Amino acid sequence: MSTVFIALQTNEDTRQIVDAILQDNPHAVANEQPAMVKIDAEGKLVVRRETIEELIGRPYDLQEMQIHMITMSGNLDQTDDEMTLFWNA
Amino acid sequence: MDMQVAKKKLGLKERYAVMTRGLDWKPSYQKMEDIYPYIAYEGIKIHDWDKWEDPFRLTMDAYWKYQSEKERKLYSVLDAYVQSNGHLNVTDARYLNTVKLFISGISPLEYVAHRGFAHAGRQFPGPGPRVACLMQSLDEIRHAQTQVHAVSNYNKYYNGMHDFHHAHDRVWFLSVPKSFFDDAITAGPFEFMVSIGFSFEYVLTNLLFVPFVSGAAYNGDMGTMTFGFSAQSDEARHMTLGLEVIKFILQQDPANVPIVQRWIDKWTWRGYRVLTLVAMMMDYMLPKRTMSWKEAWEVYFEQNGGALFKDLARYGIKMPDCAAQIALEKDHLSHQAWSTFYNYGAATNFHSWMPDEDEMAWLSAKYPNSFDKHYRPRYEFWREQAAKGNRFYNKTLPMLCQTCQIPLVFTEPGDPTKICYREVDYKEDKYHFCSDHCKKIFEDEPEKYVQAWLPVHQIYQGNCFPEGTDPTVEGFDPLAAVLKYYHLEHGRDNLDFEGSEDQKNFEAWHGQATKNI
Amino acid sequence: MAVAAVKEYQFAPADSVDKFHGNQLLYIGWEDHLLFCAPFAFPFPPAMRFGDIIAGVLPGVFGYHPDFAQIDWSKVEWLKSGQPWQPDVEKSLAENGLKHKDVIRLRTPGLTGIKGSFS
Repeated sequence: MSTVFIALQTNEDTRQIVDAILQDNPHAVANEQPAMVKIDAEGKLVVRRETIEELIGRPYDLQEMQIHMITMSGNLDQTDDEMTLFWNA
Repeated sequence: MDMQVAKKKLGLKERYAVMTRGLDWKPSYQKMEDIYPYIAYEGIKIHDWDKWEDPFRLTMDAYWKYQSEKERKLYSVLDAYVQSNGHLNVTDARYLNTVKLFISGISPLEYVAHRGFAHAGRQFPGPGPRVACLMQSLDEIRHAQTQVHAVSNYNKYYNGMHDFHHAHDRVWFLSVPKSFFDDAITAGPFEFMVSIGFSFEYVLTNLLFVPFVSGAAYNGDMGTMTFGFSAQSDEARHMTLGLEVIKFILQQDPANVPIVQRWIDKWTWRGYRVLTLVAMMMDYMLPKRTMSWKEAWEVYFEQNGGALFKDLARYGIKMPDCAAQIALEKDHLSHQAWSTFYNYGAATNFHSWMPDEDEMAWLSAKYPNSFDKHYRPRYEFWREQAAKGNRFYNKTLPMLCQTCQIPLVFTEPGDPTKICYREVDYKEDKYHFCSDHCKKIFEDEPEKYVQAWLPVHQIYQGNCFPEGTDPTVEGFDPLAAVLKYYHLEHGRDNLDFEGSEDQKNFEAWHGQATKNI
Repeated sequence: MAVAAVKEYQFAPADSVDKFHGNQLLYIGWEDHLLFCAPFAFPFPPAMRFGDIIAGVLPGVFGYHPDFAQIDWSKVEWLKSGQPWQPDVEKSLAENGLKHKDVIRLRTPGLTGIKGSFS
């Protein structure tokens, strides 16, 4: 299985988003690089709105992620509740 | 009093459907092929435009909301950076040369990308891709503008950036990125989407932006880091668009597969050749390195690109053949590029230099198979000569590749001691290439590349001197005339970093910033 | 293969010989000496004597390299388009069969660049 990844800027907004992603994806690994965090995961990575909301204590629209994203890899599917990155092969 | 009941909001999928579908009408008194004249001639067959979907499901209202927030963040940081004389906090004034390379080599491409996506969006009959192209077109002009704003701060203090757009259209090595993009926008809308949307944005853009922006962060350049990240937040969307476009075209008709494969092969190679500039920036121009070019290539192309092409295999798409040659070049690319700019340091809008002892040790460690054997002896010789006041400036113009327009500096695949020469006879003339891949691109479309504006040949034709120059007068100095045509000042914008005005000013100002004088 | 285009697509080449004011382009590379990062391009009159390139042009171009002074010109091996080739130094470029945009290389046996690194 190939690796998907998402990289986010390091800032106050993304601290909890990164925590939420790692919580929901136990197989994911966070790599801290200068000013950014790159999260790698085998095969699939799911970002869940509810988990982020629990951690930040307010309603969250997953499209807000647009502001902090640096790069990603994999096929993407986004709904109101989840953003999923995946490879089919 | 009636209770106000909050209206149930549409879900993301419904909202996307409402905002990007059913926006068109069937023309009754114009023919479709007159309204969309460029949609058929490339041979791509599309049966159902509605099958195209933006996986982010971003709609224009949300787009404006998030883009304006990005702008607010960016400009507040830029203001703070300028107000605190942030330019004096970079690691070393040599670093600024990466900014010069970026503003003259890359930012003008952002503007051309803006035009390209506006054009492609206009030509596609499907509203889904049209909306996505509109957003990307707006993103690209935003990038061009924010980059110019951010870098204008440096232009107040340092040399070589004052006329970046003029330089982009004229300076010999800037014809490499310029001709790359010119090639893309003069193709049809589908090839443009595959070239820039997929091959460049998806396969290669990480190698441009991530190391560059991380490098800026690592070297204390908050201005560049901020515009870089702001642009990069759009890139994630562009990459997704690029991948969706490819999947969409491939799913529509099996006859599209060989056409798309040829474009991927061509544009992966074309883009990789442009990234030569990034390779040398990472290994030589960042005073504090983030990762080597070779490491970045392994992470972002070999691993990530490998996963991508494995995923696309089910459509019948394979990894471009050029990947094999690129793997052989990864130990050599940045060194051959920096040697080239050291050679021609009298004709550039930035400074060049020889790495110091520590930097050579870093290069030896990162490139154990190539650096000490092939490049260190050359560098040590140049350094000794420079110390004796005999700094090497190559004043004779080089032979260029007809396709990528880079001088023939690359070595034979597998033999780093021999320059790679390739040639083709076409009609009356000979054409020369740096590689089998550039040769193949020419052979596929010779009529396009025989028109190439090759800077060296243009200089010899007399087209690169200021108006009114008489090259026949006694003692005519062509290099001086060419620099004038470039709007570059000899001794100020070019030559070695050692002894440059940038070096002196940075030292003096940095001193003032840390002492009470 | 032809360029896909909406109408006829034919343009004159940008670098045909008539644009070089009576000169023709000649490219010259020195094998095993990558200190010079790429082969060079020159505009020369076709009537120029080949020997004048060796005596009058190459020293200014390659002279920076310590190997240049060591060259034994009687032993130099020439390549044209990658094939062995023997120029007559007394004859002109045209008489030597050199056409616009030809590429020649010289190999100097025994000379292998800075510390034998092919630089």
